Amino acid sequence: MSRIATRLAFGCFGLFLAAPLAVVAGVSINEKKSLSFPPEGFSLAWFGEIFSNGEWFAALLSSLGVAVSASVLSVLVALPIAWFLWRWHAPFARIVQVLGLAPFILPPVITALGFLAFWSELGLYGQPWTVVISHGIFFVTLPLVTLTLGFDAIDATLVEAAATMGADDRAVLRTIVFPLIRPYMISGLAFAFVLSLNEYIVAYMVVGFTVETLPIKIFNALRYGYTPTMAAVTVLFVFIAALVFGLIARFGDLPRLLGAWSPRDE
Amino acid sequence: MMKAVPRRLRDYAPLGFPAAMLLCFFVVPFGIMIAISFYHRVQGGFYEPAFETANYERFLTAFFGGVLGFSLLLSGLVAAIAVTLAFPFTWLLVRQRRAVQVVWLVFLLSVLSLSEVIIGFAWSTLLSKTAGITNLLVALGVMDQAVSLSPSFGAVLVGMVYQAFPYTVLVLYPALSRLDPTLVEAARTLGASPLRAFFNVIVPGLRNTIVATLIMVFVFALGSYLLPQLLGRPQQWTLSVLITDQAIYQSNMPFASAMAVFLVLVSLGLVGLSLLAGRRENAQ
Repeated sequence: MSRIATRLAFGCFGLFLAAPLAVVAGVSINEKKSLSFPPEGFSLAWFGEIFSNGEWFAALLSSLGVAVSASVLSVLVALPIAWFLWRWHAPFARIVQVLGLAPFILPPVITALGFLAFWSELGLYGQPWTVVISHGIFFVTLPLVTLTLGFDAIDATLVEAAATMGADDRAVLRTIVFPLIRPYMISGLAFAFVLSLNEYIVAYMVVGFTVETLPIKIFNALRYGYTPTMAAVTVLFVFIAALVFGLIARFGDLPRLLGAWSPRDE
Repeated sequence: MMKAVPRRLRDYAPLGFPAAMLLCFFVVPFGIMIAISFYHRVQGGFYEPAFETANYERFLTAFFGGVLGFSLLLSGLVAAIAVTLAFPFTWLLVRQRRAVQVVWLVFLLSVLSLSEVIIGFAWSTLLSKTAGITNLLVALGVMDQAVSLSPSFGAVLVGMVYQAFPYTVLVLYPALSRLDPTLVEAARTLGASPLRAFFNVIVPGLRNTIVATLIMVFVFALGSYLLPQLLGRPQQWTLSVLITDQAIYQSNMPFASAMAVFLVLVSLGLVGLSLLAGRRENAQ
């Protein structure tokens, strides 16, 4: 295909993906409170509203709190599984791995309903911390996938050399394995963080009536009509996602993380 | 490196914490949900232990059949459109320079990670009367008056394709980026046009990948829950919406659980099929 046709195709796909976000960005800088595009006047007041309005700010804080703790929890669960499968030959430990991958493959409403039933049976329905555990388990898949890739990329001769020199498991882990998998661990953490920040259905089913995360807040606000603050929050979320994934790409090997073979492997 | 087989029980210790967490917070909730699907519903939003199949018998009603049929149709349509768009796109993408690929991947991941609430809100804005795309058409003189394009079936479809597109690209990306580039070169040397090389060499060569991707995207679309609500009318609600509606608003956990169990079985069956399709390709 000629270069111009390729450019044109990329342009069309880019337009399709960017159009709704561009309109929302335009709407978010409207001076008036109405939903209109192209924007009338210019104002960043709606972005300020996220931080100055108590309700929106509380939602932002609870979203960030949940996303930080849940992503740390998901890495803590995923790391030993990935390490164990790399270190030992134990076929039935694969069952644990499949369990870690399952929540992400099934439609999310199923996991959400399972958690709703579970927390209600325990009489803990609506407790704010239950959403942290629920998200932590729901997003185990992401760090599990990145960490498994990371362990697979470790040069076996390094480990053998260390073992020959008398290093035990613990020393190998500290001096060789951990520094090598750290970028993969951070990527897994970042993936889980961004997705937890945006997650709606699990959070809604588990703590929908006691904690308002930002997606829940936007949905509730949408029911009563439009406010420009939700457009500002949307722009903020797109910005956070692009920043986090941009950082991963800057400091890590994004194509490899997503399954491409880099020339170095061959 | 030869991996050793663990001999002592102590070797399994590191697996203890993750296994316990997944057992306690994934397997047990799942089990509870299956159990509740056989429970008896008591008026007032409660249920009591029982073993009855009444919740499953409700599947046979025309209303449920309609929702199920619509969900499957919608997901199938979304999967077909998303793969048709994403396959040529991914093929073009993997042939770009690395730096270009990285920029696109960051963009795709950013869109993919966006909340359904946000995608729904963004599309409803783009399709709205006051800020929407029809204003542009009016300005260009194509239309006389701006109109609202949502809620409608088309709006749900476009929103779901938008949500599924980055996912589809990322599912196809590994297979296409590992494809032997000499295949296309050989076809070109023998005189095939780029389009012919694409349709006669690339597409048939990756037939099983395409089938596996179709199924994966189908399952992904089955999970879409907010877009049918934000961009559609009640008659465009899917099984996922119905499950939540029964669980939260009708307080009928047994029926919601039965539907969820049904959805699990459908999804697992489809995922199994897609793994089979993928495996056959690797064996070739």
